[in-house]
Amino acid sequence: MFEVLHSLLFSTLDAAPALVFAALGAMLSERAGVVSVGVEGMMRTGAFFAAVAALVMPTPLAVLVGMGAGAGIAAVHGFLSIRWRSDQVVSGMALNLVAMAGGTFLLESLYGPNGTPAITQLSRWNLPGLSHVPLLGALSGHAAPTYLALTLPFVFHLLLTRTPLGLRLRAVGDKPHAVATLGLSVPALRWGAVLGGGLMAGLGGAVLSTAVLDRFEQHTPAGLGFMALAAMVFGRWTPLGAFAAALFFAFGNALRIGLASSAPWLLDLVPQGFLLALPYLLTLLVLALQGQRGHAPAALGTPYEQESR
Amino acid sequence: MSLEDASLDIVPGELLAVVGENGAGKSSLMNVLYGLYHPDSGTFRMDGKPVRFKSPRDAIAKGIGMVHQHFMLVPTLTVAENVVLGREPTKRGLLDLDRACDEVAATAKRFGFQLDPRARVDTLTVGSQQKVEIVKALHRGAQVLILDEPTAVLTPQESDELSQVMRGLVAQGRTVVLISHKLKEVLGVADRVAVMRRGRTVAEVRASETTVSELASLMVGEGTKGAALTGVPAVASETPEAAAGPVVLEAKDLRATGDNGRPALQGVSLTVRAGEIVGIAGVDGNGQRELAEVLTGLRKLEGGEGTLLGGPLAGLTPALAKARGVGHVPEDRLARAVVKAMTVEENVALGRHRQPPFARGPWIDFKGRRERTNQLLTAYDVRPPDPAVALQALSGGNQQKVVVARELDAAPKLLVVVQPTRGLDIGAVAQVHERLREARARGAGVVMVSLDLEEVLALSDRVYVLYEGRVTGHFPRKDLDERELGRRMLGAEGSHG
Repeated sequence: MFEVLHSLLFSTLDAAPALVFAALGAMLSERAGVVSVGVEGMMRTGAFFAAVAALVMPTPLAVLVGMGAGAGIAAVHGFLSIRWRSDQVVSGMALNLVAMAGGTFLLESLYGPNGTPAITQLSRWNLPGLSHVPLLGALSGHAAPTYLALTLPFVFHLLLTRTPLGLRLRAVGDKPHAVATLGLSVPALRWGAVLGGGLMAGLGGAVLSTAVLDRFEQHTPAGLGFMALAAMVFGRWTPLGAFAAALFFAFGNALRIGLASSAPWLLDLVPQGFLLALPYLLTLLVLALQGQRGHAPAALGTPYEQESR
Repeated sequence: MSLEDASLDIVPGELLAVVGENGAGKSSLMNVLYGLYHPDSGTFRMDGKPVRFKSPRDAIAKGIGMVHQHFMLVPTLTVAENVVLGREPTKRGLLDLDRACDEVAATAKRFGFQLDPRARVDTLTVGSQQKVEIVKALHRGAQVLILDEPTAVLTPQESDELSQVMRGLVAQGRTVVLISHKLKEVLGVADRVAVMRRGRTVAEVRASETTVSELASLMVGEGTKGAALTGVPAVASETPEAAAGPVVLEAKDLRATGDNGRPALQGVSLTVRAGEIVGIAGVDGNGQRELAEVLTGLRKLEGGEGTLLGGPLAGLTPALAKARGVGHVPEDRLARAVVKAMTVEENVALGRHRQPPFARGPWIDFKGRRERTNQLLTAYDVRPPDPAVALQALSGGNQQKVVVARELDAAPKLLVVVQPTRGLDIGAVAQVHERLREARARGAGVVMVSLDLEEVLALSDRVYVLYEGRVTGHFPRKDLDERELGRRMLGAEGSHG
């Protein structure tokens, strides 16, 4: 029994970082009032460039490259939605499509349809004191992103609730005009949040190709970006809420893998496709139960326009 | 383009009022002064030296503070957070909220305001929110305080209090610029009055040397005269109460939920008879809007019962309301009354587009529609009187006239109007008021929700006061008293109940 639980926990912690980072990134952008449906595309971009970079440089550095790529494509979103005040949902979806098609094109023309060559994965750390403690032992043996994912939500929480910058970000997502009348720059705050969100989403993607897998695959991130959005909504746009929701979704993912391997007889009863769809169905269910978007920042998705004269 | 060749001298230590009609450029001028808008040409001098404000930051640095007509507060933050936003006290890089609260409490106290720095802004009354705005400016060291239409949403008591606050600031040597279109009020509090018209400053007079009617004619320009221009109607309501006819609306204990999910109506009872105008007074957000929506079938009734024009109020839909003879002039005409990209005649036909003269069988009756629209445009003095022009080409006042014309043309038995003259210029206000009186004379029952107490007092035969979704006052015309209405708007209960 412990063994099953242990392995479930272990694979939850392995799967969680990508979701946690992407959910935090999306939350950062949305708290400042910029819709972040493009997070899937940012993850894909980050995953691709991290894998490519890892072919020529140490993997930890490649992760940074992936983050930069995520921020780079987030800058396109920022340019469209902040500078040109276009529809943020459309801009985000366009980003996703570009990343989907562009990633496939680059992958197939450079490496073929089966993904990039294998890279060196981020190394896993054994926590000597913990590895033999029941259940807590599941904490040991993960790569660095897992431990980062367990701490960053608290850092974000502190940032949003206890720093001047956090106060301004919350204000700009709820009432940008109030921020502008105090002489603060609405575009600057939103740019910062969108780029920060891109870094985080890029990190989430990079984790997929450097820690979860050992290459960039055709379908990466396979909807994880949207799941991260769901985690953000389920977590009511708060860092700790999004964290908890991301862990929950990661657990659903672990459950799917766990069920398939520990109870093979299940596959005779339910089609495998159903098991594959389990995390996504879980996401839908959770969002349906949550109902309205009552906790979204008030100015979310509204381009800021200051009359010029 | 809303400003051309506007100039203004602001003298330290005085209370300057800037008056003008809606759209005369008062707010634009102040936003330029505050660095929010940038002028195409022209200069500013402060203490003799030319200054340029690139953003409000520069204006704030020069000691200018502004209280906007629509409050610039973040509703989800606390009073202290709103006040210190942008210049937050920190301790080791973290926000020092305790110090922020202490500082804000100190500033508030210094200027005689009662404010709880830890209260969330969206839990405060409008009057208190305004105090937060003023404290916000003073906390930044404002020497010149600009207030844009500060009394538009206040009760008379709150307005009095604000006047004292403004005089107090001036007594301390600060300068106050008050933007308003309420002339009586302006003359009571200002030292000097600047009049704006169509983007220009047309006059500057000492408040002690002018009158309401002189200011009014300066505001509208030469060639237009009359008592109607002061915003106070020439003819008070003349219909005696006894003339009111049969009951058109009888409602008991109405309950409904607002958009925010909180109860908006918590047991409202009211009666409306044919041939009377019933005013609904109250501070913004006390259930007036929801009441109007319930009466027009736009919001679900969740409790209570009522009879509206012979049918039950429960289960009312907009189509059903229309069929029974309810007319509706909503507050936000662009969202609810018209389609701005469609032509005037198409908008006139909206809602009645299946009936003659707008349709013949399944087809649009273009000729009939054109004729009826032309008649209405003439009768309601809509300019330009062109039925084929897109509605959005008309000024706000003329758009509103089209809406009123359409609703009254259907000969409603109950007319529900919300803020019927908000944002209109004086001429249009007078015309809309006249139309409402005509509807009453014709035997319609009129329910008029207005945040403008003057309007309520001028038109109503009876007034209900709403406070937090309950009726806190009910006054027949002879008992109408501005002070008492104001008290009830703030929640005081009284013998009239």
